[in-house]
Amino acid sequence: MSFDGVRVLGPLDLAVSSGQWLGLIGPNGAGKSTLLKTALGMAPHRGTVDVGGRNSRAGLDIAWMPQRPLLPAQMSVANYVLLGRTPHIGYIGSESRHDLRSTELALHRLGLEKIAGRELSTLSGGEAQRAVLARALAQEAPILLLDEPTSSLDIGHGLDVLEMIDSLRKADGLTVVTAIHDLTLAGQFVDRLVLLDKGRVVADGLPSEVLTEDGLRPSYGVGIRVVDIGDGPTVIPARNRDD
Amino acid sequence: MRLETPTQAVAPRRVGAGSWVVAVLVLAVIGVASLLIGSVELPVAGVLGALVDKLPLFSVDHDLTDTELRILYDIRFPRVVMGALVGAVLAVAGAGYQGVFRNPLADPYLLGVAAGAGLGATLVIGLGAATALIAPVAFVGGLAAVAVTYALSRTVGGRTTTSLILAGVAVAAFATAFQTFLLQRNYDTLRQVYAWILGRLGTVGWGDVLTLLPYAVVASGVLLVLRRFLDVLALGDEESAALGVNVPRVRRLVVLAATLATAAAVSVSGLIGFVGIIVPHTVRLLTGWSYRVIIPLSLVYGAAFLMLADLIARTVVAPAELPIGVVTAFLGAPFFLLVLRTMKGSS
Repeated sequence: MSFDGVRVLGPLDLAVSSGQWLGLIGPNGAGKSTLLKTALGMAPHRGTVDVGGRNSRAGLDIAWMPQRPLLPAQMSVANYVLLGRTPHIGYIGSESRHDLRSTELALHRLGLEKIAGRELSTLSGGEAQRAVLARALAQEAPILLLDEPTSSLDIGHGLDVLEMIDSLRKADGLTVVTAIHDLTLAGQFVDRLVLLDKGRVVADGLPSEVLTEDGLRPSYGVGIRVVDIGDGPTVIPARNRDD
Repeated sequence: MRLETPTQAVAPRRVGAGSWVVAVLVLAVIGVASLLIGSVELPVAGVLGALVDKLPLFSVDHDLTDTELRILYDIRFPRVVMGALVGAVLAVAGAGYQGVFRNPLADPYLLGVAAGAGLGATLVIGLGAATALIAPVAFVGGLAAVAVTYALSRTVGGRTTTSLILAGVAVAAFATAFQTFLLQRNYDTLRQVYAWILGRLGTVGWGDVLTLLPYAVVASGVLLVLRRFLDVLALGDEESAALGVNVPRVRRLVVLAATLATAAAVSVSGLIGFVGIIVPHTVRLLTGWSYRVIIPLSLVYGAAFLMLADLIARTVVAPAELPIGVVTAFLGAPFFLLVLRTMKGSS
C-alpha cells in the first residue's frame, strides 16, 4: 500500500486464524497503524482484505479501537457505546431493541453501568479506554483491531485492559489484532507476534521465537536485552556502556 | 446528571414530548402575533375570526373589509410564512454544516453561497436587467460559488474539510471583491444592491413561497434522515468510516441539501446573517450535543426566530422598516459572544 505513490507497507500477505490474538510490533513508523487501517479499508492499497473467504464488510466484520479516539466532550458514555451499533442500522432506521440490549451488555461487561450517564470529558484515562472498548464490543464484529490500547495508561491499567480483552476474546471467540509498543506485555498476552520494520515482515511466530535479542536488535538497536524471569521473555532497554 | 440503571441510560437522544409542545407553542404564538401586528392596523378579533374561518370545517363571521382581507392574505400572510421558511432553512442548513464540518462556527454561507448569490444579484442590478432576474441569477451564483469551492479544494489537497473551508474563504473573498468592484463602477446601483444584501421579506408573495417550498422540504427531509449520522461524524472521519458510514457520501448529501435550500432562500430574501449560527447554538446550549435533537428543533426555532426578527424589523421604526439582516445581526452578535463565553466555560 502506498501514500502519494510512496510505498509505506508491503507487499505482504498475512493470514490470521479465527480466535487468534496477533500482536503487531515494530519500531515507530514500521507500518503497524497503517496495516490496521489497511485492514479497515482506510488506507489506499492494492489487494483485498478477506474475512472468512469474502471481502470484509465495513463496520460489520471488523471493529477498530484507534490509538487516539475522538471523544465528543458532552456525549454520555451510554450514547457513545450506542454508536457502536451504527453498522447494524440502515440509512432510514433507528436503534432496535436488540441494539439497545447489545449496548447495555457491552456497558455491563466493561463495568461501565455506574458511569453510563457521565459525560465523556469527565472520564479518567482508564475509564475512557474501557468506554472505547465497549463501543468496539457493541459492534459485535468477529474481529477486533486495537491500535496501542495501553499507550495512554499506566502499567496497572494497561495490564487491566489487556486482561479484559483476553477474557472477552475467550468468551466470544474474537480474533484480535493489536499494534503494541510494549514488547513484554505483548509477549505475555498474544498467541503470535509479527515484527514489522520499514513496512516489511521481519519475523513472524510465537512470542518466544520473535522476542530474541538477535531478532529484535536489527530493528530496535543494540540496547535491547531479553531476559526470562519465568513468565516468558521480558524485553528491557539497557544503555550500551561498551565504549 | 447521573443515570443509575442501564435501561434508563441507554436510549438514543430524541426530542421529548415536552420540548415539542414548547417549540410548537412558541412557533404558534410568534406566528399569530406576526399576523396580527403590522403597519396597517387590523382588528384583532377580525383577523383571528378570518383565520379560523379559513380552517376546514370552521365557519366564523368576521368583519374585515375586502382591503383588510387582502392585506392579511396577500401581503402579511405570505410574508410571515416566508419568514418562517427562510428561518427554518437557514437554521437547519447551519446545523447541518456545523455537523459535517465538526465546526461550531460553520454557517450555511461558509462555502461561498452568500458571496456568489450577492455577486449574481449585483450583476443583474448593475447591468440594469429585469428585477425578475435577480432571484434566479442569485440562485445560480450561489450554487456556482459552492461548485467552484468544491473543485478548488479537490485540486489543492484531497478531501479534507480544512481544504474545503479554506477554498470557501478564498471563493467568497474573490466574489466579494468582484462585487465591490462592480459597485464602484456603478454607484447609482449601490442603494439597490445594498438593500438586497441586507435582506428583505417585504415584497414577497405566495409565488416566492411556492418557489422556496420544495427546496425547503427536500433539504429538511434529507437533513432529518441523516441527522443520526451527524452524531457519528462527531467521532471523526476515520472512526465513522470504521463504523460503516460512507463519510464522503454523507458529507456531500448534507452539503448539497443545505446549499440548495440556502441558495434558494438567499435568492428570494437576500442575505440574512446569523440565523444559521445562533439558532442551532441556542438549541445546542439548551438540549446538548445530539443532532438528533438539534436538527428538528433548529427547524422550528429557526422559523420562530426569523418571524420574530421580521416582526421587529417592520414595527420598531414603523411605518419605515429596518432591514431584517440588521435585526438578526443586532440580536445575533451579542448572542454569539454569549455562546463563545459559555463554550469557553465548559471546555
